[in-house]
Amino acid sequence: MIRAADDELTIYERSKAGRRAFAPPALDVPERPLDELLPSALRRSEPPRLPEVSEPEIVRHFNRLSKRNFDLDTGFYPLGSCTMKHNPKLHERIAALPGHAKLHPLQDPSRAQGALELMWRLQEALSEIAGLPHVSLQPSAGSHGELAGVLLTRAFHENRGEHRTKVLTPDTAHGTNPATVTMAGYEVVKVGSDAHGNVDLDDLRAKADEDVACLMLTNPSTLGLFETGIEEVAKIVHGVGATLYYDGANLNAIMGICRPGDMGFDIVHFNLHKSFTQPHGGGGPGSGPIAVSDRIEPYLPRPQVVRRERSENGATPYYDLEYDRPKSIGRLRGFQGNYGVFVRSYAYIRSLGAPGLREVSEVAVLNANYLLARLRREGVLEYLPAAHERLCMHEFVLSGAPMKRELQIKTLDLAKRLLDYGVHPPTVYFPLIVDEALLIEPTETETKETLDRFAEIIAEILREAREDPELARNAPYTTPVRRLDEAAAARNPVVRQPL
Amino acid sequence: MTRYTSVTDADLREMLAEIGVQSIEDLFEEIPAQLRLARPLALDHGLAEQEVFEELRALAQRNVSTDDEVSFLGAGMYDHYVPALIDSIILRSEFLTPYTPYQPEISQGGLQAMFEYQTAISELTGLPVSNASVYEGPSAVGAAGYVAKLDNGRGRFVVSRGVHPHSRETLRTLSHGWGIEVVEAPLSEGVTELPALDHSVSAVIIQQPNFLGVVEDLEPLARTAHDAGALLICACDPLPLALLRSPGECGVDIAVGEGQTLGNRLDFGGPSFGFFAATQALMRRVPGRIAGETRDVDGKRGFVLTLQTREQHIRRERATSNICTSQALNALAGVIYLSWLGRRGIVELVELMIQRTAYARERLAGIEGVEPLLEQPVVREFAVKLDAPVERVIARCREHGVNPGYALGTDYPEFSDCLLVAITERRTRADIDRLADALAAALAAERPEYAESGAQS
Repeated sequence: MIRAADDELTIYERSKAGRRAFAPPALDVPERPLDELLPSALRRSEPPRLPEVSEPEIVRHFNRLSKRNFDLDTGFYPLGSCTMKHNPKLHERIAALPGHAKLHPLQDPSRAQGALELMWRLQEALSEIAGLPHVSLQPSAGSHGELAGVLLTRAFHENRGEHRTKVLTPDTAHGTNPATVTMAGYEVVKVGSDAHGNVDLDDLRAKADEDVACLMLTNPSTLGLFETGIEEVAKIVHGVGATLYYDGANLNAIMGICRPGDMGFDIVHFNLHKSFTQPHGGGGPGSGPIAVSDRIEPYLPRPQVVRRERSENGATPYYDLEYDRPKSIGRLRGFQGNYGVFVRSYAYIRSLGAPGLREVSEVAVLNANYLLARLRREGVLEYLPAAHERLCMHEFVLSGAPMKRELQIKTLDLAKRLLDYGVHPPTVYFPLIVDEALLIEPTETETKETLDRFAEIIAEILREAREDPELARNAPYTTPVRRLDEAAAARNPVVRQPL
Repeated sequence: MTRYTSVTDADLREMLAEIGVQSIEDLFEEIPAQLRLARPLALDHGLAEQEVFEELRALAQRNVSTDDEVSFLGAGMYDHYVPALIDSIILRSEFLTPYTPYQPEISQGGLQAMFEYQTAISELTGLPVSNASVYEGPSAVGAAGYVAKLDNGRGRFVVSRGVHPHSRETLRTLSHGWGIEVVEAPLSEGVTELPALDHSVSAVIIQQPNFLGVVEDLEPLARTAHDAGALLICACDPLPLALLRSPGECGVDIAVGEGQTLGNRLDFGGPSFGFFAATQALMRRVPGRIAGETRDVDGKRGFVLTLQTREQHIRRERATSNICTSQALNALAGVIYLSWLGRRGIVELVELMIQRTAYARERLAGIEGVEPLLEQPVVREFAVKLDAPVERVIARCREHGVNPGYALGTDYPEFSDCLLVAITERRTRADIDRLADALAAALAAERPEYAESGAQS
């Protein structure tokens, strides 16, 4: 390991033999020789070398680490396609209630009625938002929802005796889409985009044949644009008997405004950690429920949360887990899904209600268009033109190609310089079809003042670059560490502490 | 205006003017009119913060939590004590609210924590490479199967019947997509009995301790798998690994498992985390995020997400997995917990569980109508046979505030008369005695009825 300063040591480097934080509860049963209970042949000779540290040291260690993280509660985080909106504090209080947090997943349904009812109500709400009648909450994150969706597609075709081999993904797709297709045993066929940033319908027609199982689409696309030909897309895809899959990463743009089901999508996944405020946790937990049409419903994962009319007294609804689903693709994970995430997302939906959810999308789109207009007024678009001159939805894409050419700084340099201004950079170098791309998603929870300030900062960085491009090229300067050698890390991987 | 947005009327006017449109509706004009929803969503109206709290509290109160009864339920998730310092750390906004660390210069806290977590998992499993987390236990078994498929391209998995039923089912769900057949290896006297393996087998998958709570002897299983050129995948309960020979030492190629027991609450089944560790040879096939050490331009130590050419955002359809968001915060709770237990504490905790479990095993075996299913070594879970219908016995015990465990027949028809009992450090001797009394009373109450209904049929 490389030697580090005293206040940046790892927990293992702080370890000292004999220190401890944990004291076990007293042994209150007659002690038997360990060899009798667990023969020494099955036991390890040395305990795992976990750190030996006191509670105050652990607390101080992790608090110090925390201060080396930038976070959404501290500053603007316009990371495109990630929907970094405010995470309401109420949700943590609710999720921590013992009735939610200390409920065993195998508790009998009759003794988990509150949890199952909450899940059922969340299913109903997501179904209404998607415009599709059936929901499974089981998938653990967006890409897990995608995998569920493509496996549902496979089951749907196989049930009709068809063995299709290909799945179409646009060239603007998130990396998870093609990766999912491979994991579900299909071949990826890429569909191009036209000059307006829409799916190239001619290319789609040419590639959509009876071997195609599904088209996976994000709408608004990762260019932040509404797919205006979506009805024609659906017609083409359904015309060859394939399913249409909706990647819900960008759902935040359209809640209460239009619905994937009405556009012709068969399967939708939601990212509860994007549109529905589950805090992202530095890379999870998330949750990726799916909504599907009637023809896909028989294949949904097991178990499914259902509401039954109690047979004895008729009136009381009873919430249950239904396992008897003979056509189901089966489980995708243990137990019932990320319930703690459901609690937070359901609390959010209850806080906002129908008008509130619509307002979320309206303001998300307003903020994105306003920020684009402000950047234009600052003269930023001269060096960072919009990839497409259209109204954007909740996010938009700029190209840093002219900036690179004329100011000799790359999109990466701009991103790194933003760190010195206390702003999290946008998503960079994605989507892949835009040269030197920046994908900017402000979200609805930011104020006009924050957006104004961001536009001014970008303009300032461009001004700096005109005078001295080295400034951005060597940025950042004020962060806990400066640019890191990622190539060396991959060439010679050190992925654990040597002890 | 909602509670979480902040556009005033004046803001709205200025913003629309800047954009050059008349109204918010104009911003949506690219959406074909016939697709725009002409009505409000059919959802209830919004509520004030205190109303939302009350409504969701009322739902919570309709659940029977492990605070409300003395619970011996396990079968994959366990009621361990979660120390207070975990919440105080993971609720810090700097850990709670950032995205995946795509900008390492401002994410050193999260990245270093991942590195420390990977080290702890590597120590527990005895394998050199751990990723930063996958979703949870059963899908981790599926993820390990996919790595085996990528590694040797063979067409069959042999999975022990001692592997958690959810893991086996998840593996089947995913394997169907890959076109891989899943066959089961039976249990004999409570431990995995592998059939003769041929070269069609990609991986053998076992669990330690297995679903019946029994400790498996991993080394012979690894030898059998390796003799056929297959990988050995082991789903492990991480706490018992403090005492058991490590999977790596026994020849396991991939060790995965459910991380809930490491400082995560039950949460009705999630979110928790899955861990994933492998041999050096498999490093470049491991799914998901991996943090690695490097230097910055000034030579200072720092951490980055590394080996990213495995991942979906770089490699797309040739990625080793589609996983993106996983369970970073839950894994953080895991490494805090392991630091709290420490090198000696984790051994003391597991020894306490072994002693109390041994006491419980003996105490229950002394009840009329209870017989041990097996005599093999266990750590915190064991099965007993009952001479009355298990579901009815469970229902009777619950009336006395005791949840006696899991009806094994739910997943194992061959054990339909068995109860699976879990003893965590939260269950004291007094709790175990209370379980014994409740069980004895329930069995006694069932006995005449049972005989009667048996006579009628």
